[in-house]
Amino acid sequence: MWADRLIMLPVTIVASWAILLTLVDLYIPDDRKGITASLSALGLIIALLANWFGGGQPQTAFFGMAVADGFASFLNTIFLLSGLFGILLAYNYLHRQNIARSEYYPLMLFSISGMMLMGMAADLIMVFIALELLSIPLYVMAGFHRDRLDSEEAALKYFLLGAFAGGFVVYGIALVYGASGSTRIATILSAVESGSASPILLTLGAALILVGLGFKVAAVPFHMWTPDVYQGAPSSVTAFMAVGAKAAGFAALLRVFLVAFPTLSAQLIPLLWSLAALTMTVGNVIAIAQSNIKRLLAYSSIAHAGYILMATVTLGQSRVMVDASGAALFYLFAYLLTNFGAWAIVVLLEQQEGKGLNLQDYAGLGKKQPALAAAMTVFMLSLTGVPPTLGFLGKFYLFRAVLEGGFVGLAVIGVLTSLISAYYYLRVVDHHVHARRRTAGQPRCSGALDSRADGDCGDCPEPGCNASVSMGNSGNALRRKIKFPSEIHSTAVKVISPTAVFFC
Amino acid sequence: MDLIFHPLTLVTFLPLVGVLIILFLREEQKTIIRWLALGISLVTFIVSLVILAQFQANNPDLQLVIRRVWIQVAGWDIAYHLGVDGLSILLVLLTTFLTPISILSTWTAVEERVKEFMIFFLLLEVGMVGVFLALDLFLFYIFWEFTLVPMYFLIGIWGGPRRMYAAIKFFLYTMAGSILMLLAILWLGIQGGTFSLPELVAQGNIPAGIQIWLFLAFAAAFAIKVPMWPLHSWLPDAHVEAPTAGSVILAGVLLKMGTYGFLRFNLALFPQAAVQLAPLMAVLAVIGILYGAAVSFPQKDVKKLVAYSSVSHLGFVMLGLFALNPQGIQGGILQMVNHGISTGALFLIVGMIYERRHTRDMDAFGGLWKIMPLYGALTLIVALSSMGLPGLNGFVGEFTILLGAWEAGRAGGSLGSYFYAGFAAIGVILAAIYMLTMFQKLFLGPLDKEENRQLKDLNWREIVTLVPMIILIFWIGLYPRPFFSLMAPAVDKLVANLSLSLAALP
Repeated sequence: MWADRLIMLPVTIVASWAILLTLVDLYIPDDRKGITASLSALGLIIALLANWFGGGQPQTAFFGMAVADGFASFLNTIFLLSGLFGILLAYNYLHRQNIARSEYYPLMLFSISGMMLMGMAADLIMVFIALELLSIPLYVMAGFHRDRLDSEEAALKYFLLGAFAGGFVVYGIALVYGASGSTRIATILSAVESGSASPILLTLGAALILVGLGFKVAAVPFHMWTPDVYQGAPSSVTAFMAVGAKAAGFAALLRVFLVAFPTLSAQLIPLLWSLAALTMTVGNVIAIAQSNIKRLLAYSSIAHAGYILMATVTLGQSRVMVDASGAALFYLFAYLLTNFGAWAIVVLLEQQEGKGLNLQDYAGLGKKQPALAAAMTVFMLSLTGVPPTLGFLGKFYLFRAVLEGGFVGLAVIGVLTSLISAYYYLRVVDHHVHARRRTAGQPRCSGALDSRADGDCGDCPEPGCNASVSMGNSGNALRRKIKFPSEIHSTAVKVISPTAVFFC
Repeated sequence: MDLIFHPLTLVTFLPLVGVLIILFLREEQKTIIRWLALGISLVTFIVSLVILAQFQANNPDLQLVIRRVWIQVAGWDIAYHLGVDGLSILLVLLTTFLTPISILSTWTAVEERVKEFMIFFLLLEVGMVGVFLALDLFLFYIFWEFTLVPMYFLIGIWGGPRRMYAAIKFFLYTMAGSILMLLAILWLGIQGGTFSLPELVAQGNIPAGIQIWLFLAFAAAFAIKVPMWPLHSWLPDAHVEAPTAGSVILAGVLLKMGTYGFLRFNLALFPQAAVQLAPLMAVLAVIGILYGAAVSFPQKDVKKLVAYSSVSHLGFVMLGLFALNPQGIQGGILQMVNHGISTGALFLIVGMIYERRHTRDMDAFGGLWKIMPLYGALTLIVALSSMGLPGLNGFVGEFTILLGAWEAGRAGGSLGSYFYAGFAAIGVILAAIYMLTMFQKLFLGPLDKEENRQLKDLNWREIVTLVPMIILIFWIGLYPRPFFSLMAPAVDKLVANLSLSLAALP
């Protein structure tokens, strides 16, 4: 039993740290909640160390319910890092938005422990428990901006669809259990191989599980919630959700499908193939039309889910499958760094009431904050997959696995859609790099603007905002940024941007 | 240590050192930044001359090769693998030669964001030199795609009024081709188990049916870059909007990356497909020659005229390459250099007048020779070189290409018909028409525009940028042998490989 706990140590640390922190937090005075944030970060760092030093041979724990192997430990790193980045992004942001409440951090830890369980799950029941454990705190966090309607809407939407998806997963698990007589992934495999399982039930069950997990990773056509939730939720939550929850979904998807259902490849590959192709295409095409950066990144994250889904079509080709899941994990890691970098900048420039999120609001960033604009450019190029960035390497490995599996058509769709993505990522860069050009219909600035230091009326976010909002709120996104000499915040960007730039 | 101080590493990454230094300078220190960028690019040029000195002209193989394992994944070695041979040495020299000249041309033309400009410019040089030296397909692709990023910013930040449109169009067009090439590269890597170009060429066991597809995937990337008709439509936009220095490098070097790609990869890796598709490529090349010339003629914007003339000139290069014989390919390589020099110089010339008058409309000028005699004389030389007057460089290149195409037209040649050479020759005449018309509109006739009376002739800096190019124009025109002898052995080796496939043709 103790050996089991040792194997599960990183998860145990995070989960118990979350419980303890909930209690400790009661004794931390309201004006010093920074301590809670730092403590939660500390817990994640300890878990990270435990995860790194605890590696070794793959071993199972709790009667084969969970497994600790390289796959799980790599994913744990991704989850813990996304938690750390999430905390760095959140602290100052929550204060600025007047929604600072310290439950945020324990909730995040609970969700991370769920994600880690997901990566270690070797039993379908475990997959379901982990799924719920990671999702429920996220529902709360999505609605953290209680007095804003779109945040509430995001929480409700996410909750309803998430619960729905959870239902699909359970139903699928039940069918798989009915077919194979077990929920243990290894046993399912042997039941399938010995031919004692009913293939129809099994396929149905697998398909239902795919639907449920498809919701989590935001694969088309189960992506409808994504843009609304990503836009409505507080940006720091979205960043965390976009990386952590997606990675967790893929953890289960890769583990369950590649390990348990290789013999169903004939039935599942067409499904997975079209899911990947659809997700890449729809995500990238709709992203073109977005003008809100949060929605744009939401569709971009849908598209990236499509790229990672490509790895699953190698189902059943045992040699390629290893390469493919390696490529998927690498891609997730690249996505973690790049995406958090991009979200860090979004978080940094967001103003009250969700202002400052339109692409136009970023105009002239290159002039006023060259380092920030340069970082954003690197992130966008990395998301596009332009060498020599990390994003390119990630795509390279993925496409290689797909071609090795013999799916030339899917690879062609993949590269063509990444060409589409170049267009909208470049638009973001465009807005960053160039000073704003006034569109024809936009009212010229009034005299009221003379009070602004440089008299540059061009950088007001929207027509008509000049007089009311921006004067009251003292300026545009950039101005706000300059007026926030926040330490944690700038630390977040200082830490995230160079690391990401370095890695990308 | 021998990795870092290897001449090929130095020539590729020296500009990066300049970038790192410039990063630490302040935006206001414009003069220092300019001199530093110029100095670094000159040092790079000197290093490339050192490489030339070490280069053995009679050796057909790759030389100064450096190879180190870089990324190892699942049985794949991706290597840092550089080398130079007769096919690439002239293009490396062209790149390192044009970069300092372009930097010098920005002295007064670029006043805003000088620091970023120089950073992007030097980064661009890294990418371009890397493309010509890389022998690992993965490494090649990295350099190839990387050149997009600085060029995108050069057009997008310092360009003309429609710069964003042009920059994004440039980026998307080029990327569209190169991602197909990426898939082909991956396919080759999976099949051959290596990304090393010499090894893949040595294996040479790709079935003919698949060669066609791989050839087309590579050709998609290269043909857009060249650009071949009908994939050229990004070029006029990019050229017109780009700043002068950007146009010089775009025409001088970036387009050559496309033709070089055909030469280095398509002809070497897919000889059978190259032989089979040679007529198709030659038809496109001839259409490009005639179309480029025909569209150049009615242009009012001088820069657009020069841009379309590039389509025509690059058509000659492609025709030469796909003649698949020594004359054609040697002429093609020489014409790449010629075009880099002549068209580069033309863009500099256009930039000089634009800086003075802020217009490029030909109708706004006339009779300039009277007040700018030196400018007029230099322009005349460059224009004559561009249209292929005997005694100047353009003639040597075009003549050799036509010779090659004629040769290839004989029975058993790659093209099998004299029509290609015949139609291409019309392009030479058309070039004379549009070039001379341009010259006439700018420099001859009465000096009837009031604004033009005050124009000053070239200053010393401008003379210094043009004179090296004029010298090369005469040198190649009068005594091209040193240039041909650099490439001849490597070209012969390539053709020997191709002629095996040619002989196998039904």
